[in-house]
Amino acid sequence: MSDRVLGRGLRVLGQAIRDEPRRFTVAVLGSCLFGLMTIGSAYVVGQVIDRVIIPAFDSGHTTNGALAAGASAIFAVSMLKVLGIFGRRLGAGSMQFRLQASYRRKVTRRYLQLPLSWHAKHPTGNLLSNANSDVEAAWSPIAPFPFAVGTLVMLIGAVVSLFAVDWVLALVSLVVFPAVFTLNVVYSRKMSPKITRAQALRGEVSEIAHESFDGALVVKTMGREAAETERFAAKTTELRDALIQVGRIRGAFDPLMDALPQLGTLAILVVGGLRLGAGAVTVSDVVSVAFLFTVLAFPVRAIGWVLGELPRSVAGWDRLQNVITARGDMTYGSAGLPGSGPAVVRFKNVTFEYDGVPAIEDVSFTVPPGKTVALVGPTGAGKSTIASLAARLVDPSSGLVTIDGVDARELSGASLAGTVGLVPQLPFVFDDTIRGNITLGRDGLGDSDVDGALGLAQASGFVAKLPEGLDTRVGERGTSLSGGQRQRLTLARALAGGPRLLILDDATSAVDPRVEAEILAAVRAADASVLVVAYRRATIALADEVVYIEQGRVVATGTHEELLASVPGYIELVTAYEESDADRELEDA
Amino acid sequence: MTAAVALEPEESTYTTMRRGLALSPELRTGIAGTLALAVVATAGKIVVPVAIQQGIDKGLRTAGGPDMGAIGTIVSLTAAMLVVTVTCGYFMNRRLFTVSERALSGLRIKTFRHIHNLSTLHQQTERRGSLVSRVTGDIDTISQFLQFGGLLLIISFGQLLVATIIMFAYSWQLTLVVWAAFGPLAFVIRHFQKRLAGAYSIARSKVGIMLGVVAESVVGASVIRAYGVHDRTADRLDTAVEEYREAQYQGLRTSVGIFSLGELAAGLVNAGVVLLGVALGLGGDLSVGELTAFLFLVALFVQPVQMATEILNDAQNAIAGWRRVLDVLDVQPDVADPVDGKALPAGPLGVSFKGVQFAYPGGAKVLSDVDVEIRAERKVAVVGETGSGKTTFAKLLTRLMDPAEGTVELGGEPLTGISFASLRSRVVMVPQDGFLFDTTVAGNVRFARPELTDAELLTAFEELGLGDWVAGLPEGLSTPVGERGEALSVGERQLVALARAYVADPDLLVLDEATSAVDPATEVRLARTLDAVTRGRTTIAIAHRLSTAQAADEVIVFDAGRIVQRGPHSALVAEEGSVYAKLFASWLEQTR
Repeated sequence: MSDRVLGRGLRVLGQAIRDEPRRFTVAVLGSCLFGLMTIGSAYVVGQVIDRVIIPAFDSGHTTNGALAAGASAIFAVSMLKVLGIFGRRLGAGSMQFRLQASYRRKVTRRYLQLPLSWHAKHPTGNLLSNANSDVEAAWSPIAPFPFAVGTLVMLIGAVVSLFAVDWVLALVSLVVFPAVFTLNVVYSRKMSPKITRAQALRGEVSEIAHESFDGALVVKTMGREAAETERFAAKTTELRDALIQVGRIRGAFDPLMDALPQLGTLAILVVGGLRLGAGAVTVSDVVSVAFLFTVLAFPVRAIGWVLGELPRSVAGWDRLQNVITARGDMTYGSAGLPGSGPAVVRFKNVTFEYDGVPAIEDVSFTVPPGKTVALVGPTGAGKSTIASLAARLVDPSSGLVTIDGVDARELSGASLAGTVGLVPQLPFVFDDTIRGNITLGRDGLGDSDVDGALGLAQASGFVAKLPEGLDTRVGERGTSLSGGQRQRLTLARALAGGPRLLILDDATSAVDPRVEAEILAAVRAADASVLVVAYRRATIALADEVVYIEQGRVVATGTHEELLASVPGYIELVTAYEESDADRELEDA
Repeated sequence: MTAAVALEPEESTYTTMRRGLALSPELRTGIAGTLALAVVATAGKIVVPVAIQQGIDKGLRTAGGPDMGAIGTIVSLTAAMLVVTVTCGYFMNRRLFTVSERALSGLRIKTFRHIHNLSTLHQQTERRGSLVSRVTGDIDTISQFLQFGGLLLIISFGQLLVATIIMFAYSWQLTLVVWAAFGPLAFVIRHFQKRLAGAYSIARSKVGIMLGVVAESVVGASVIRAYGVHDRTADRLDTAVEEYREAQYQGLRTSVGIFSLGELAAGLVNAGVVLLGVALGLGGDLSVGELTAFLFLVALFVQPVQMATEILNDAQNAIAGWRRVLDVLDVQPDVADPVDGKALPAGPLGVSFKGVQFAYPGGAKVLSDVDVEIRAERKVAVVGETGSGKTTFAKLLTRLMDPAEGTVELGGEPLTGISFASLRSRVVMVPQDGFLFDTTVAGNVRFARPELTDAELLTAFEELGLGDWVAGLPEGLSTPVGERGEALSVGERQLVALARAYVADPDLLVLDEATSAVDPATEVRLARTLDAVTRGRTTIAIAHRLSTAQAADEVIVFDAGRIVQRGPHSALVAEEGSVYAKLFASWLEQTR
């Protein structure tokens, strides 16, 4: 462990104390009480031997009072120890769990506030481990931390009390305790890189498993189970070897760490014998010091645990800080949109870059109130990017997107959500009921709104057939529904809010043509402007205007007929099926 | 009695251990030697208290001052013994770690493979995350238990036994006092242990729920923003986080309770030993050194008891984890690779369904009375409305599932008798969700055939008419596709998935709406090139874009789980009022 890690680790611990001062105090007090009583029990045992047992054995008789006093002193010490245990462990546990919860809240709040561009750069698996294992790692030293602090207090107390008994015996402790401490530090230093590596490999093994099970269908249909198992086995074997390495170090240090205080006890016996001979100490002094060494052997290791956890804690803390201090939040303005009826969206010279590569460039067009504009273009042309910009899921790198004449960046979150309804290409369904998935807890959406929206989205039929209707839970990511059903559900979600601007990003691709036609008729009847990403000619033909894009640029804008008459790429795209019909007829002929 | 609790655990725990050991026989490697080392290592804990007793009685309390010679002998003898026990401890740990890690890594791999062997149907009923924990977290708990707890448990009971024997040698009366205090404790602890197991299992389920909610808030980030439901999501997150915290704290409270019971018992025992010890000493049955040593021995007795209570908590977790792993391994794959499976006959493959019925477990019938013969080298389109059974048809055809009744034959062989190796190399399906792995475009296509060079991959894309598309990617074939392919558009992911299937060079290609998100011009081009490159093979395409059906040799129409029409496109369209005629009319309306 480098000194830097030690210093930074201690600062993380300092943060923990600042966050949870009361629980920390309780835990340290409990730990001190426990420590004092641990020493106290050695002292009491020594005293009972000296004042009760030896006189009794020497004189051949004793009094009930002396016996009772001795026995109750021993029991009282135990009771106080229990009190100390409660304070220490409940205090430390409560502190640790509260810190975990508080940082989980902080991290997940950031997930909600950071922009989608940030999300795109951070895989789900990483974000999950930020909120779970990194939080755990950051606060992993907290459980033994108050114990370690208490032990430190106790050690100082022990050394002082030893000096009160005999300075020579105290010197033995001054050799043994620092030796235990040093061994702990050496141990931590040797261990921390190995543990870090094992931890990283654990993550990689888990990633492979996650991805492989996620793509199980592909693995199966390609018959790649054996190859996948090999990929997994290679990483697993690396992990195994790393863990064996960890085990070897632990295996060597554990017995040494146990043996060191025992050697100290033997030293006490030798030194104690000499000092007894010199008349400097009594037998009970030697016994209680020996006992002290036995009982201190264990708590001293708590300091080692804390030190050992520090590198992991710092690594976890750094990853948490990356999230907590990440900048570029999507901030919302305060402007509202007082208008009613269909909204107007305007793109003015909009460019959007992803990692310096423009996804769309200099895009300008308008969706006039109450009109339907179709966004048409080949696969990968940037249509979904435009849809996201219109819903202000992302902001332009340059240029301007306005809704009802107001810069989208100046709109408040509420007015934006109340105005725009986006149906994404891949439907996202929450692990909730059908009703919950449609209302998303938005104010004022009753069952009549839900039913109405389901009707418009042509989803009433299948929802009615579900075992519990609106109350049916749809499972993780809506696995109990088909792709087309999920699309209609997300469409209903958008329609339920009565949006003034509806954005459909190829939102009916998994729906049959007939159903799609009905959906589109319903959408057009809604009192909204519509921006629709589409391939099907019928959908496009319904549009009042078509914006045709290729490779991120607007190639042409106009009615379907106009474009069909003049734009080669557009003609190829929308007449593809007819062309293939014609080709076929030619071949058949 | 304390020992009895652990030595005779509940039947199910014992069964789990036995099943677990049977599955990982490597765990028994050199177990006798490891245990022998453990016994010696444990003895190390006893030598020092004995040395103190001997030291006090024979060295310190000798008449005429301390006998340094005796102390020297005792101390050097003890130190020598410590060297031996520490060495034994080291070798024991080494063996233990090596054996358990080797065995468990084997178990991990075995379980991973087994999960892939399960049918897609079974895979879908489990949460992804829980399948991942079977090969990660669950096995970690077993290894932690074996390396820390399991051995400590054995050592603890060894220590209890040894401490008891030595205590007995010093004074049987005092030993009875000790056991009288700890015996009842065993029962109390057992009771608490059950509560603790309950608390832990609640905490486990709460952490699962929490991770689910966090995952939703990450994966559904754009929906949350689009609908402005940050507050609701934040509430859901807070609730899940808080419930997990409470569950953790409940577990801790119970475990602290158990731990402090041990401490209280220790206090009682020490007090009792002093009382009775003095009485015995007065009777001349006990020396001061013996009584002192006894007090040390009580500490040695208490320590493993407390240790055991803590370890038994871990044991609960480990056994539960082990049981979950074993339970997964116990699931017999309902679609299994046949023993002595045959290879498919060489050449193009025909398909035949005979009286096939299918229903999902506990669900209504999705396919009934499907009888159909598809000749080799035909291009067949399967159409029908959502839920009509066409995807089920594809899954039965590729043996992702087996029919409830009837048989599916491929090249004249029943599908259930064909080895997976042969089946998967000759029959490839492209699912609608073109799942991509988090690597490059090239890496994903190579998934099907790892030996292909970049040049061969480029040729494959060219053959599919996708050369321009690859050239337009920022880094060509080396462009990273991102997690699940999310750096590409949905349509582009489908292109890669299609190329992946194409290079697999199957004799039967099954496309399940494989180009549903691709633009029409590209789709038509693809259809044409695919048609050319798959000439001489059988192709079955599930489609709701009827352009595919128009181009097929033959169309099979599904409605409500039955085949209602079959024949070439032109013939089916001509059947007025038929399902297909209606579908096609609506298609024309949509696209023309």
